[in-house]
Amino acid sequence: MKSRPGRLACAAAQLILLLGVAQAAQPTISWTWLPVPAGTDPGKAAFMRACAVCHGDGPDHPGTSSLQIKYEGKLPALLEQRTDLTPDLVRYYVRNGFAMMPRFRKTELSDAEVDAIVNYLTRVRPEPAAHPAQPPASRQ
Amino acid sequence: MKAPPGIAPARFEQALRKWRGIVGADWVFTSAQDLDAYRDSYSPLYGEVTERVASAVVAPDSVEQVQEVLRVAHAARIPLYAISTGKNLTYGGSAPAYSGSVILDLKRMNRILEVSERNAFALVEPGVSYFDLYRHIRERGLKLWIDCPDPGWGSLVGNSLDHGAGYTSAPFRDHFEARCGMEVVLADGQLLRTGMGALPNSKTWQQFRYGMGPMVDGLFAQSNFGVVTKMGFWLMPQPECALLLTAEAGRHDDGPAFIDALAQLGYEGLITSQLFVESPVMGFPMGPELARLRADWSERRVPALEDYARRNGLVFWSAPFAMYGHEDVVRTQLAHIRRRIEQIPGARVRETACLRFPLADDQLAAAPDKARLGIPSLSYFVSRFAPGAPLFEGHIDFSPVVPLDGQTLREAQDLFDRICQEHGIAPLGGRVLLYHLRAACLIYAVPVGRDPQANARARAGFARLMEVAAARGWGEYRIHPAFMDKGIGYYNYNDGALLRFHERLKDAVDPHGILSAGRYGIWPRHLRKHV
Ligand SMILES: Cc1cc2nc3c(=O)[nH]c(=O)nc-3n(C[C@H](O)[C@H](O)[C@H](O)COP(=O)(O)OP(=O)(O)OC[C@H]3O[C@@H](n4cnc5c(N)ncnc54)[C@H](O)[C@@H]3O)c2cc1C
Repeated sequence: MKSRPGRLACAAAQLILLLGVAQAAQPTISWTWLPVPAGTDPGKAAFMRACAVCHGDGPDHPGTSSLQIKYEGKLPALLEQRTDLTPDLVRYYVRNGFAMMPRFRKTELSDAEVDAIVNYLTRVRPEPAAHPAQPPASRQ
Repeated sequence: MKAPPGIAPARFEQALRKWRGIVGADWVFTSAQDLDAYRDSYSPLYGEVTERVASAVVAPDSVEQVQEVLRVAHAARIPLYAISTGKNLTYGGSAPAYSGSVILDLKRMNRILEVSERNAFALVEPGVSYFDLYRHIRERGLKLWIDCPDPGWGSLVGNSLDHGAGYTSAPFRDHFEARCGMEVVLADGQLLRTGMGALPNSKTWQQFRYGMGPMVDGLFAQSNFGVVTKMGFWLMPQPECALLLTAEAGRHDDGPAFIDALAQLGYEGLITSQLFVESPVMGFPMGPELARLRADWSERRVPALEDYARRNGLVFWSAPFAMYGHEDVVRTQLAHIRRRIEQIPGARVRETACLRFPLADDQLAAAPDKARLGIPSLSYFVSRFAPGAPLFEGHIDFSPVVPLDGQTLREAQDLFDRICQEHGIAPLGGRVLLYHLRAACLIYAVPVGRDPQANARARAGFARLMEVAAARGWGEYRIHPAFMDKGIGYYNYNDGALLRFHERLKDAVDPHGILSAGRYGIWPRHLRKHV
């Protein structure tokens, strides 16, 4: 239950070795209602805990359905399928929120956890996007 | 960095230093960026000078730390505002009621202390979310259900302390009603436990609410008399099956009889789940054609609306609900429900699903009507409803409690509809919600966002809705801090005797007024406007 940046970093180091195996055993897209299995990549684990509840696959994920409407198929509605996300963009949305998505506080997601999510969502993929997505120019 | 109002910067600095010593420097926040995260994203005052904002944040990790933080605040007379998960969106988010307060963020206290399958209860800390408890139960395969509100990221403690409610059987869905046992830190740092918790080494803290003597639990909800650090909740044993059902009635004029029949079935204990009565014709949102028809209050209105429903293949009234238990029992009860509903010509009850528990992992994602199955989600947090539709940025909820009487509820809906039209506000919802026990609540989600002019319009409409409701004897069950003084102002029987009693309690238990000043209109003496 507890999430501590220190403990997380330590777990991250231990898990790097297991990563290939752990990821192969899990579906690519995060699920919402099941416990995060031990051995999950820390970025994916944090994503599953904090982000997948809106941005997961299937019905009842309002982040995904809203992005589906926004992109109309031009970009994947699932963040885990995006190849154009930059670290700045991910950090911006986590800490600034957007529309119905409120900002995430450090007590909900520590900087270390946000970094892990950033790594997870921007991990090297086969085809990097030509035009990386940008955060909105200005928002009050 | 800005000190809270009336607090000298040096005194504030000193308190911050002490707090860093208690919780660790990483868990005291003062930077503008960190404080921004505590703004109420759905504030109707967003970006205006009157927006309620925090001056700092302290995030303790244990009851002992909470006690010490409070002792420092008490000595230095610094205003604090406690949050659990801080997701009270529509009713204030994680922002304080009194601008400049220091947020006491309890999210780090997220331990699930006990879950008893045998006696169907949980004891949790404030930072435990509905998702956390759901996953905990699921991981262990316990035969228990949680009851959750729409926002699964909220907390059992925070939600119940604002009298929140959910979807499954009574009494579990009235979250304060489902509590059993509280642990509270008072303004001077003293720790107390309510009910059987007052008996050291008690074995029934989560099973017998009264203990001995006055039951004070209610004093800590919608108030500012203490900081809750633990709370017990009764859970529903996992049923063998759930039937998901929808009652339907076809004509405009069926509304009152339909509501009355459903209410009666609730009183008789045949329908125990939450239900709402909604209408694609009378509810919100509505397209331009419907808006035009609804704005016509002449005798043409009802035939035109019924014609609209017919042309669009819409059922005029529908009410989703669920039944839980052993399938043979539930089906026998369903036969009674059907007979009662079918007394209204053309009305019927449709079965939409029959589910047996536990659900397999692969059934979860596709499960319909999750909240009525005790499965948390965030399904309502939609920012975009359709291509080209305006971005939905947030809302504040007008939620009056109206007698459970079909005729009155229909009159209330028409009245509020008129006021929304007059004020140019287009809320979502407007359903008749059987949410808490024995009363109906109408919920109008009035959109707010980043446009100050639109927010000003929303506030004016909201205030008017409150006024007309109060004139008819309908008060809100809960309200955004921007309207708390106004809301509680209507609860003024005998020259405001109840609020004066709250103030006397406040003066006694929190004489320096450090806890959540202004919450539900309870201000410490030095900030009271009417003294
Ligand atoms: C789309 C949408 C749908 C919603 N649906 C529902 C619904 O179905 N049912 C419902 O009830 N609500 C609903 N809400 C309102 C709200 O979001 C939820 O009630 C949510 O659970 C409240 O946030 P929280 O649990 O994080 O509580 P918090 O924000 O942590 O707490 C709420 C308030 O209680 C007080 N408080 C909290 N913790 C403590 C403590 N430990 N000690 C002392 N005081 C404390 C504080 O004043 C705080 O501001 C909805 C909101 C939205 C936007």
